Amino acid sequence: MKIDLHTLGPLVALVALVILGAALNSAFLAPANITNVLARSAFIGLIAVGMTFVITAGGLDLSVGSMAAFLAGIAIIAMNAALPGMGSNWGTILLGMGVAVLGGIAAGYLNGALVTKAGIEPFIVTLGTMGIFRSLVTWLADGGTLSLDYGLRTLYRPVYYGGIGWITWPIIVFALIAFLGEWAMRHSRFGRHVEAIGSNDRVARYSAIDVNRVRLLTYVLLGVLVGLAVVLYVPRLGSASGSTGVLWELEAIAAVIIGGTALKGGRGRVWGTVVGVLILSLIDNILNLADLVSPYLNGAIQGVIIVLAVVLQREKRTADER
Amino acid sequence: MMKRRSLMKAAALMAAMGIAAPATAQEAEKKIIGVSIPSATHGFMGGLNWHAQDTIERLGKAYPNLEFVLSTAGDAAKQVNDIEDMMATRNIDGLVVLPFESEPLTAPVAAVKEAGKFVTVVDRGLSQEGIEDLYVAGDNAAFGRVAGQYFRDNLEPGAKIVVLRGIPTTLDNERVEAFQAALDGSDVEILDMQHGNWNRDDAFAVMQDYLAKYPEIDAVWAADDDMAIGVLEAISAADRQDEMWVIGGAGMKEIVKRIMEGDQQLPVNVTYPPALISSAIEMTALNFVSNAPMTGRFIIGSQLITPENAEQFYYPDSPF
Repeated sequence: MKIDLHTLGPLVALVALVILGAALNSAFLAPANITNVLARSAFIGLIAVGMTFVITAGGLDLSVGSMAAFLAGIAIIAMNAALPGMGSNWGTILLGMGVAVLGGIAAGYLNGALVTKAGIEPFIVTLGTMGIFRSLVTWLADGGTLSLDYGLRTLYRPVYYGGIGWITWPIIVFALIAFLGEWAMRHSRFGRHVEAIGSNDRVARYSAIDVNRVRLLTYVLLGVLVGLAVVLYVPRLGSASGSTGVLWELEAIAAVIIGGTALKGGRGRVWGTVVGVLILSLIDNILNLADLVSPYLNGAIQGVIIVLAVVLQREKRTADER
Repeated sequence: MMKRRSLMKAAALMAAMGIAAPATAQEAEKKIIGVSIPSATHGFMGGLNWHAQDTIERLGKAYPNLEFVLSTAGDAAKQVNDIEDMMATRNIDGLVVLPFESEPLTAPVAAVKEAGKFVTVVDRGLSQEGIEDLYVAGDNAAFGRVAGQYFRDNLEPGAKIVVLRGIPTTLDNERVEAFQAALDGSDVEILDMQHGNWNRDDAFAVMQDYLAKYPEIDAVWAADDDMAIGVLEAISAADRQDEMWVIGGAGMKEIVKRIMEGDQQLPVNVTYPPALISSAIEMTALNFVSNAPMTGRFIIGSQLITPENAEQFYYPDSPF
């Protein structure tokens, strides 16, 4: 019973949004719209699941949006470069996917190593790498847009748009990662170490946890998930530019916090993050479907709902702790 | 202060001598032109950056006595700093500036003018009139009007359209107002107008939601080619390509190519050339190397790109 009260906030907000959406426009619950919203959520969703681990361990990563743009850029360049030699086939696409995921590992390792080995504040490290990745992709694209070869794109396209019936691949991957993430946070040794470090890293160290290694791993995990998000993102529009992934980092962080993970670390809730991601994309969707307010005010409505979702949860929690 | 003034006088005198005696142009006093533009954050600005660099490189070779300083800024405050630095450390003789925002840049650019420099303002006007020597801009009202007229002339009465707007700015308002004015009195109905922020991903999401919301859409004014790419992708994902056509804007090379090939979904496009920065830099350079008068206002019209004339708007080397 206690746990129910504790976690009700974001779920209540999500259910309320779904009811509101259905009441405002009958198209809202149509399978096509549900597919759209869930598939769009997948990028931020994958990143936010990784972010949950980083934040739970007491860290933060501001670079993920820029990192996604950069990884999309190098994946496209790699595929275009391999095209003459390897031809327009799945081998080339797998190479691009590999570049994105390996690049994600490297980028995550860079962030993690600067935080743990060099001992720099995560906020500063990732603020720095955020600028670096963003500039690199703009430079690689010569200020314009990097576009994937047309033939390759046609082949690669079903990875975003295809799937099993109306459940497209991004939705499947997001569900799978959410499930694995929830399991890892709750039941694996890694997840417990992450929570222990986030609540008190000194005690964790005395308990013989390799604090730096676990912290580093959270950043690498996040990097991998950014890479995976890029694997799903590239086939959607087949391009990357300096404006790809702008503000994704804040959306991911907001989703994590809405979901009930503490920004100061120590308590992570992956399924809550998933709810948070869905809340954020539903707000956008509903505002587009219903002409409730001037589009100038969309940002304000989002802000109010984000704060409300957290307030609801806070009240439940204080009642619970009393 | 006195010292600096007399220095400037000497410079002006030498420049005058240089112009009077073209034979000694090689030894003519060096003139430095500062170029300050927003950084390449989206397709159009990417194209503009490319054209700026291209023009500077070409002019630098053509006129050895001209030197250029290019800086790009991600926000208005950085641009103000850039311009102050150009004045303080490079002692520029002319400034070509595309203001990030009108208000915050007005006073700093006015200060450059007061120091006796030649000032060219590009595309976004300053909030006070009469500061610049030369004003070079595209025609935002015409951009909206030309598109609006095409919709009016090519849609059946009672047709339904949706509009994607850019980032909320005066520039976007001017375009949209002219577009609506051109449609005034016709039977074309605008179902919805939401902001796609000149961004492919945002436009993709907005268009997906339009498609979910409206069972009948006959045409889309995407108002920008980056947004048009996202819109086209959303339409093809919903498998409704045969229902509607899309008009973008600004003349991105991929889009112009598809118009050249006679794509049914992209009948025409409206120009808003990023190369307008080249016009501005060229004219500023001419002010220093020739006697041709280069002051006033130079407005570049928005033209309709059709399959027939598309070839002259196709720049395969530009990133945009």
